Amino acid sequence: MNAPQKQDGFQVVGTRPVRPDGVDKVTGKALYGTDFKAPGMLQGAVLRSPHPHARIRAIDTRKAEALPGVKAVVTGRDFPSLQSLIMAVGESASDIVHVARNCLALDKVLYEGHAVAAVAATSPEIAREAAALIEVDYEVLPHVLGLEEALADDAPLLHDDVFTKGVSPRPDKPSNASMRVEMGKGDVDAALAGAAVVVSGRYTMEPVHQGYIEPHACVASWNADGQAQIWCSSQGHFAIRSLTASTLGIPQADIRVTPLEIGGGFGGKTTVYLEPVAMLLSRKAGRPVRLAMSREDVFRASGPAPGAVIDVRIGADADGMLVAAEVDFKYHSGAYPAITAHSGVSSAVGHYRIANTRLIGWEVLCNRPATKAYRAPGAPQVNFAVESAIDEIAGKLGMDPLELRLKNAVAPGDPQTSGVPFGMIGWIECLEAARAHPHWSAPLGPNQGRGVAGGYWGNYGGPSTASVSLGEDGSVLVTTGSPDIGGSRAAMAIMAAEVLEVPYEKVRCTIADTASIGFSMVTGGSRVTFATGKAVVDAANMVKDTLRERAARMWGVAAADVEWRDGAAHCTGGDKAGESMAIGTIAARAIFAGGPVSAEAAINAAGWLPGFGVHICDTEVDAETGQVRVVRYTAIQDVGRAIHPDYVEGQMQGGAVQGIGWALNETYIYNAQGKLDNPGFLDYRMPVASDVPMIDTVMVEVPNPDHPFGVKGVGEVPIVPPLAAVANAVARATGVRMHDLPLSPDRVYAALHPEG
Amino acid sequence: MTATAYHAPETIEQAVALLAGNPSARPLSGGTDLIVQMRSGRIAPAAVIDLKRIAGLSGVRRVGDGFAIGAATPCTALKDHAELAAAWPGVVEAANLIGSVQVRNRATMAGNLCNASPAADSVPALVAANATCLIAGPDGQREVPVAAIPQAPGRTSLAPGEFLVEIRLPARGVGDGDAYLRSIPRTEMDIAVVGAGANLTVDAEGRCTAARIALGAVAPTVVLVADAGAALVGSRFDDAAFAALAEAVKAACHPIDDKRGTIAYRKAMAAVLARRVVLTALKRAGAAA
Amino acid sequence: MNKLHISTIINGDAQEFLCDPTATLLDVLRDGIGLTGTKEGCASGDCGACTVVLDGQMVCSCLVLAAEAQGRTVATIEGVAEGAMLHPVQRQFLEHGALQCGFCTPGFIVAAKALLDRNPNPTETEIRYWLAGNLCRCTGYDKIVRAVMDAAAELRQERMPA
Repeated sequence: MNAPQKQDGFQVVGTRPVRPDGVDKVTGKALYGTDFKAPGMLQGAVLRSPHPHARIRAIDTRKAEALPGVKAVVTGRDFPSLQSLIMAVGESASDIVHVARNCLALDKVLYEGHAVAAVAATSPEIAREAAALIEVDYEVLPHVLGLEEALADDAPLLHDDVFTKGVSPRPDKPSNASMRVEMGKGDVDAALAGAAVVVSGRYTMEPVHQGYIEPHACVASWNADGQAQIWCSSQGHFAIRSLTASTLGIPQADIRVTPLEIGGGFGGKTTVYLEPVAMLLSRKAGRPVRLAMSREDVFRASGPAPGAVIDVRIGADADGMLVAAEVDFKYHSGAYPAITAHSGVSSAVGHYRIANTRLIGWEVLCNRPATKAYRAPGAPQVNFAVESAIDEIAGKLGMDPLELRLKNAVAPGDPQTSGVPFGMIGWIECLEAARAHPHWSAPLGPNQGRGVAGGYWGNYGGPSTASVSLGEDGSVLVTTGSPDIGGSRAAMAIMAAEVLEVPYEKVRCTIADTASIGFSMVTGGSRVTFATGKAVVDAANMVKDTLRERAARMWGVAAADVEWRDGAAHCTGGDKAGESMAIGTIAARAIFAGGPVSAEAAINAAGWLPGFGVHICDTEVDAETGQVRVVRYTAIQDVGRAIHPDYVEGQMQGGAVQGIGWALNETYIYNAQGKLDNPGFLDYRMPVASDVPMIDTVMVEVPNPDHPFGVKGVGEVPIVPPLAAVANAVARATGVRMHDLPLSPDRVYAALHPEG
Repeated sequence: MTATAYHAPETIEQAVALLAGNPSARPLSGGTDLIVQMRSGRIAPAAVIDLKRIAGLSGVRRVGDGFAIGAATPCTALKDHAELAAAWPGVVEAANLIGSVQVRNRATMAGNLCNASPAADSVPALVAANATCLIAGPDGQREVPVAAIPQAPGRTSLAPGEFLVEIRLPARGVGDGDAYLRSIPRTEMDIAVVGAGANLTVDAEGRCTAARIALGAVAPTVVLVADAGAALVGSRFDDAAFAALAEAVKAACHPIDDKRGTIAYRKAMAAVLARRVVLTALKRAGAAA
Repeated sequence: MNKLHISTIINGDAQEFLCDPTATLLDVLRDGIGLTGTKEGCASGDCGACTVVLDGQMVCSCLVLAAEAQGRTVATIEGVAEGAMLHPVQRQFLEHGALQCGFCTPGFIVAAKALLDRNPNPTETEIRYWLAGNLCRCTGYDKIVRAVMDAAAELRQERMPA
């Protein structure tokens, strides 16, 4: 399984070597967010709001400041006054005023757990004690948690300066509806009126959390000359730099952010919660300051994915051709405006050819933490509703659910929801692979049902910088600015090795700090292997060209007379024809013959393609208890090209299990007082090892023509289909269609025993 | 911030003195509840009295035909005691459903009992088993039924200075069998939504001669459902007996709606689990007979 | 503060430290002694990232007071490899790509080694239940379980008499 093997003419691409950072991570040496220590470092603590909605009348920090060992106390007033500025970071965009207010509230707290003040002290205990001594005078306001409740005329208003975007004319009254997005075409009502079968339903779910195991943490050190350093774990240290600089009103070049290893993110570590606060504390104290969230803080005050209310109507003709789809959904923005509805609208039914569509999404403000990206942000919620409805249509028509999907699947050239044609997508190939998979035709046991669902994610490219340089011995150093969350160092090294035709072990990959490499967008949007990978390939090609030129110069021949093969220059013309020079020989001599060999590629990578997936799930339902057990699971996905198949399979397996958790047991539970009732892993029930079976994977490879090796993003697609795959399996096991996630035992029991 | 002291006494008398001298002092054995509560700020004891260095408080002993389980004995050690596991499989499996292996390597049944959660996994099994506990205190030692310890969520009947020294399980005879089952959303790592313990005696004809059924997480404390036991006694576990069992169990349930389950679901599960746990206990009783 | 003076054996070496009475073993390992391989994911015993072996039993070090370690032996992730030689569990994790972010990995490796130390031939189900106290959010557990099964096989080979 692990032996390098040639594939499709590649030497290294498609093999499964050990990742370069592997030994550090299996021996405990790798340094994550809270593992880093700076000399003289202080420990911080954050005071958080006990109220879901309140006006801050006054904050008295005097007692905290007087406590021995306390070196600094800050509140929202320590931020500079800020002008509204929308900053795009990966898959989300935020107004930096809101980012700052979310780091430390100014006039109002908008959710339980909203930070209001912070302390730096000589020990964590003193810092916590001091935080508890800060007196906040709150005027408690009515709060609102629910989507429909927040849109009611008499709902408590979170912001008096937010007017619904996307409606015209511009509303004259502020609203909790921060955004409306609509797309579509044709005449939905007429088409539904003429349809042979129409299914409709309302689907709901509460917010869920990314559930990364490492809580947020950082160390900041801000010197008297205005220059600062931050060490933190994040999905993008350049994003940490830009958001911190913007919220503090200082030049980006004054902040050097060093990435530590990141213990999971899934979209949730693409913004700042702690870094600007740690900076403010450090400036006041004149010493480095560490801030770290507890697990409860993470659940209460970082950004979960939105919950949703989704209304769906889909119609088909008697042959199973989909004729119209109407999807109208509302997503939680939480405390500040979000833009997740965009991707919800564009991905809702984009995987089917449907002539008539009306797709409407709303972003709704409410007294919950500001939602953030979570793996294919905005897609799984709406996909759950649509793929459940598609399954119902198949049932009503007596059609095989895969055949129904195949009949309606989009192909290359078909228009996306935006109207732009799809490129070389592999959706039909995935559906065919599902139909051919032994799982699809395997017999089921008693009380078991098999569900299938498909979906996609647009993926992304965007700006990345990478450099490739040679040691004097010809070993290869790849440097990027893209944090490695799931083995991407190995993928970068593989691609460089493939270009330079050297063994993988000769290539090492480093993630550099913001002062040591040019800008790269966050590790998110399934973009790193595609976009940063493209930059690595470009830089490696430049190095290869340089090596050929240097060899040509050493041989005294034209560069055209040198070809690169097997990690060496080969002379093909002139009197040195037939001679060769290995990379190490050239590198050693090149230093003094033209200078060190190094190249940097800074690109805005275009040509990314959407990824599609089909998941098959078997569940067994205990009708007496409502317990649902996933007994078999297969994830099929078009990955373009798997650079390191272990880590591609790993993305598919991990995404599938996160989706299983979302479907079965994960959910935010708020009490009537607006406080989170389950801010820990005990009652926020993510799957444990004994909850799931092996996750079989099928990597379909329909190469992306716009990537040197055919890469498509793979990280996000696998969380799109599982919600409906599980729900469809439960529906087929029980005969009862459930519309509300999670499908926890009490809910399944209630659905199966309507009499009580 | 109140400073908490740590003591590791070596005798029961020293432990009693430390606990009696300090009303907010708390005994520590496994610490899997206590340390979490201290970290969260829910409690701030003046002292923590580690019982694990007291001779005899860790381990399982035969006492006549029964067993004495030291208060500081971790749950996994119960599984490793072959005689105990054979005699009281229900008690041992209940204790070994708590948390994870990591947690069970520390957590004790005594702690599970004295934490006084209505959802404690080992307690329904212990109550069904008619277990008792030996309590040490300023006035010497006393033995009380396990069921007498929990008074309300988080509150026990232990007087200041008292702590639990050991849990005692009676002797087993021919035709005895016990079992414990719980309902949780996942397969591991959850608090019981409902728990049910059963302890039966079956005669050679397959007739029930004694039955104790106890439920967890359906009332402020674990409840022994006398009517449920009575529904089985005299029967051969026929449908009518199970129907009466279900009715008795439902009548004894006074659960709450919370993040872990609804009233309706808890009542329904109590009846389902009671039947299933009796069937498991019956199989074991039959195997023993 | 009335600090306690504690003497222990950590990864085979005598180690003394001072700690507050309420400090956990996790606090001391990470912040006092600098063994940051043991991770804090929840501080409530629900994630297993802080798993260490205390007197031969695996425990969550967030649920152990540092003072309890007096006179006891502690084994952490830093002691799993023998010098430069990785333990088969570590090697199989690498070979299988059984880690993505790697944050839960030390806890899984300590727990998996503890399983194989007492059960050389566990079934898939036994592995899954044994590891149920260790949360991994990246891998979906598939490659972790396979790595542990292969490490078990490798260890059985090693233990076979020549």
